[in-house]
Amino acid sequence: MAKYIVKRILLAIVTIWAVATLTFFLMNMVPGGPFLSEKAISPQATAALEAKYGLDKPMGQRYLTYMADALHGDFGDSLKQRGRTVMDIIKMKFPVSAKVGGVSVLVSLLLGIPLGCLAALKRGKTLDSIISVVATCGIAVPSFVICTVLMYFFGVKLKLLPTMGLTSLKHYVMPVMALSFYPTAYIMRLMRSSMLDVLGQDYMRTAKAKGVHGFKILFKHALRNAILPVITYVGPMLAYTVTGSFVVEKIFTIPGLGGEFIGAIQGRDYTLIMGTTIFLATLIIIMNVVVDICYKIVDPRIKLK
Amino acid sequence: MSKYLVDIQNERLSFFTPAGEVKALNDVSIHLEEGEVLGIVGESGSGKSVTAYSLMGLTAHPGKLLGGSLVFEDKHIENMTEKELRQIRGNDISIIFQDPMTSLNPVYTVGNQIMEAILLHTDKTKAQAKDRARELLELVGINEPDKRLKQYPHELSGGMRQRVMIAIALACEPKLLIADEPTTALDVTIQAQILELMMELKDKLGMAIIMITHDLGVVASMCDKIAVMYAGRIVEYGTTEDIFYRSSHMYTKGLIRSIPRLDTKEHERLVPIEGTPVDLLNPPAGCPFAPRCEACMKICLNQMPPKTEFDDVHYTNCWLIQKEEFEKGAQNE
Repeated sequence: MAKYIVKRILLAIVTIWAVATLTFFLMNMVPGGPFLSEKAISPQATAALEAKYGLDKPMGQRYLTYMADALHGDFGDSLKQRGRTVMDIIKMKFPVSAKVGGVSVLVSLLLGIPLGCLAALKRGKTLDSIISVVATCGIAVPSFVICTVLMYFFGVKLKLLPTMGLTSLKHYVMPVMALSFYPTAYIMRLMRSSMLDVLGQDYMRTAKAKGVHGFKILFKHALRNAILPVITYVGPMLAYTVTGSFVVEKIFTIPGLGGEFIGAIQGRDYTLIMGTTIFLATLIIIMNVVVDICYKIVDPRIKLK
Repeated sequence: MSKYLVDIQNERLSFFTPAGEVKALNDVSIHLEEGEVLGIVGESGSGKSVTAYSLMGLTAHPGKLLGGSLVFEDKHIENMTEKELRQIRGNDISIIFQDPMTSLNPVYTVGNQIMEAILLHTDKTKAQAKDRARELLELVGINEPDKRLKQYPHELSGGMRQRVMIAIALACEPKLLIADEPTTALDVTIQAQILELMMELKDKLGMAIIMITHDLGVVASMCDKIAVMYAGRIVEYGTTEDIFYRSSHMYTKGLIRSIPRLDTKEHERLVPIEGTPVDLLNPPAGCPFAPRCEACMKICLNQMPPKTEFDDVHYTNCWLIQKEEFEKGAQNE
């Protein structure tokens, strides 16, 4: 196990380096720059700004400087948000997104797993059909539609919930609903199909023949076998969700990290693009290791190599 | 008080599939005394397993019991609630399945799975259940039981897993053990070991066994009585001697002819039973074996053959035998 983790960490470093390198060159190849704007700035001012942030140097040299700084934990200043380092921005905004995202993942697990099991148990019955229809809707309807509809009904018509900000518990309700709709639907479908598979296995019959109670058969014997696909999905999904969603955060005016991903690219905020990309990549890699370890815990047949 | 441990009378059971009603069991009657070994033989789909499963209320959806009575220890299984059935399953009646590779839950240790059955049906504490599990592993001939208890099914061989299955089945000392082709998925040498073990345990614990198999060699060596099933019916029933030495139904004769014998000459071909089993979606009006029967008569195709009883135990359902017996009777008079 320890050997495995060391190996994964080494591999992670290589992966992060590759992601950083690719992102660096790709973003520099995109036309435009951080200091272009509709109001014409004098060429001298632009040159001075570029010199200040080292953008006047050739790409290769900038890459080496950036990597050397990043190795020391310095991800640079934001080019657009004056006076803030990239680290500051992530430190300030990530917790906001993480709170909303974390709650959403929890909600989607707590709803998706039981509903998926239920659909599998009631296969072919009305309840199964209802759950399937809801799941299909959840996957097909884009989040901006859900956000808008939620906002219209709960915010405008019923005036039950606040439509912007994140200052009280009530504020969480709509963003969490919007964020968890798709993952809930996806988990339901995964759970249903893998549960159906497991329910047909011989060891389920053995459990029944032993005289095990229906609920215990489901929770002890079936769930642990059926949950693997859900774990696979939830790992990366968690990484994406806690780093915030551009759409949901924009619509509900949540000061989270989601907006920064898009904002940084639109503004060619090179350092912030690098920072957020590396951050997300690292999270996903960590989650994948966590998923592998969870696998091992859930299914003893899996060997970590 | 019935003298039988198990008494199935005229059981009728169908599976209601989208394609229609599959008549899996038609008027099946079986009875079993305490400590007796009954073999049920027949080809795939003849209803062997369904008969035994229905005794535990394990008929899978969309199967439905349509008639008949299933009595176990004077209790009517067919009227039991799920809760009452759970108390019987794994406790009074246990089962060993065909494929030990898939019958154990892969994510729990062997110890956990044996202890589960013990904890369910007894008041034992966890520690006592563990002791009992260790004892059971020793009983079924597994070495190093302490180590095995902590192992997962995938760490054991097929033969060992089947021994574990037997240990689970015996956990609460059942009065009836159903063995559903317990050796089909095993190597020949392991087959012999498992069968030997089962017979040994039967003598030690005094339970009755229903042995479901299509291996006539197995029934010949183990069973007191044999029921030969075809297309959801019992075509012949009798003691092992009756079936092997005085077989009367053409299907039973065919089955016995199809086993290789020690005295066959080199390159001599085995005699198969020609044709394919009937479609239980549309069972024929007459004897279901008639289309494949060498001695088929006109009446066989149109009417169900009546029961011909040779003695208290041995009977068959065949028009030809009925006719022969009738003629014999006429001569005697």
